Amino acid sequence: MNVIELQNVSVRYRETKVRSLKEMVIRSLTAHPRSGWFYALRDVSLTIHHGEAVAIIGPNGAGKSTLLRVAAGIIPPSAGVAISRGPVAPVLELGTGFESELSGRENIFFNGALLGCSRDYMRKRVDDIIDFSGIEAFIDAPIRTYSTGMVARLAFAVATAIDAETILLDEILAVGDASFRTRCNERIARFVRNGATVIVVSHELEPLESLCSRAIWVAGGSVVADGAVVDVISRYRDRSQSSAALSA
Amino acid sequence: MSSTIFVERRYVAGHPLQLREEAREIGRSAALLFELVHRDLTVRYKRSVLGFLWTMLHPLLLMLIFAVVFSSVFRGRSPHYETYFLSAYIAWNFFAQTTVNAMTSVAWNGPLMKRVRVPQSIFTLSTVISGLVNVGLSLIVLFAIMFATGTPLHATLWFLPVSLLLVGIFSFGASLALTAISIFFGDVREMVQAGMPALMYLTPIIYPISIVPDRYRWIIRLNPLVYIVEIVRDPIYYGIIPSHLTLIVATVVSLGSLTIGWMIFRHMAPRFHAHL
Repeated sequence: MNVIELQNVSVRYRETKVRSLKEMVIRSLTAHPRSGWFYALRDVSLTIHHGEAVAIIGPNGAGKSTLLRVAAGIIPPSAGVAISRGPVAPVLELGTGFESELSGRENIFFNGALLGCSRDYMRKRVDDIIDFSGIEAFIDAPIRTYSTGMVARLAFAVATAIDAETILLDEILAVGDASFRTRCNERIARFVRNGATVIVVSHELEPLESLCSRAIWVAGGSVVADGAVVDVISRYRDRSQSSAALSA
Repeated sequence: MSSTIFVERRYVAGHPLQLREEAREIGRSAALLFELVHRDLTVRYKRSVLGFLWTMLHPLLLMLIFAVVFSSVFRGRSPHYETYFLSAYIAWNFFAQTTVNAMTSVAWNGPLMKRVRVPQSIFTLSTVISGLVNVGLSLIVLFAIMFATGTPLHATLWFLPVSLLLVGIFSFGASLALTAISIFFGDVREMVQAGMPALMYLTPIIYPISIVPDRYRWIIRLNPLVYIVEIVRDPIYYGIIPSHLTLIVATVVSLGSLTIGWMIFRHMAPRFHAHL
């Protein structure tokens, strides 16, 4: 079964945005030429099957996060069709949707709700989440008193506690200290083993090689290569090194 | 195949939001809606000593100010002026607060809407619901004031939920339109905030409509808020069920607001993400 299907998807933005009514009036009076389009994604077509573990790689600003968001149905395409089937967990980017005034425990429920989980569902998992995050001592203090690392650990614990069938992860492998990172990777690997569809965006190539079977290389809003993880990543490494050598 | 419900979501470029789709998504996000309302109601007062009590203290203080300032002016026309004023003011304040808060809420939650899949209108809806909870608390204060000042509590209070439902629908529609527009143009929120006091004086809230000369009364009656305020004041202050005419106009105005608001919102929604 195809979990995600993108057909000729483009996402584009106006290069300059009109932010106020005043600006709009001035622009229309001065016959300002309409600004051009910036393409975050250009004519991307791809299919992701149930149970696949896919890595999305590419340089900064290549359109990786945009691709993930279109796939998750957060951003509507400007052209083309985006289809997702089955329950797709929202993109997990750490620290999203934490309310600084609420306590860690309250935030677990709030974050869970953002991911589509009821209070009862979260209540069954709350102890496990607190345990995994390793911040039990501070769980009833407001989030604003937490360090960045503590927030990230809690966020990861919540995000991976739910049993979604499709999981989209945006730049969350670079979280916390080495031991926490190892545990994170183990969790993601468990999702893959259990047959969930996992899509990961990351700059950390090593964990991707062991976690994923397929990689999609994105640059300039287009797909450069799509295939077995080892091939695509080695080609990507070669290219990065040669361009680094050129600029040096 | 898994045991979970099979859901297919299809996004075709250029298509506006579908009402049925959005309603289903909201239904599925009931847990989130609950959390958002809970957050709205608690976070605001987290750092204050009196906390939640402020929701009730606010109308109480306002009553003191307005009652002292205006009651000598309007007492002849409206006995128990404080009830006359507050019954309408609570409805008005709900409308004014909800529209402005909805715009703030969407601006505030913009980063969230770009990262997590949530129904686009859920922040507006949660603002309306938490506003209604606040109305409930204000009404308790009002009833206490009425009891203390010897104002009769009429049996017609049973009608109040119907009135509040209409006020809620009206405000939801207006908020949908305003949030959609304010995502594109940041100045809209400032304009609305600045315009609200003027709108309040154009609505018979602190003064009775009878002080307006007969010749000009029709102008005042063009303001839809007149009916929105009236259906709340009638059962509380006058002890009557709103007349058929008032009720019909209020219903048409509320449903009209919802329809227009939704039309604006659904067509602008596909482009929200570029502006948040």
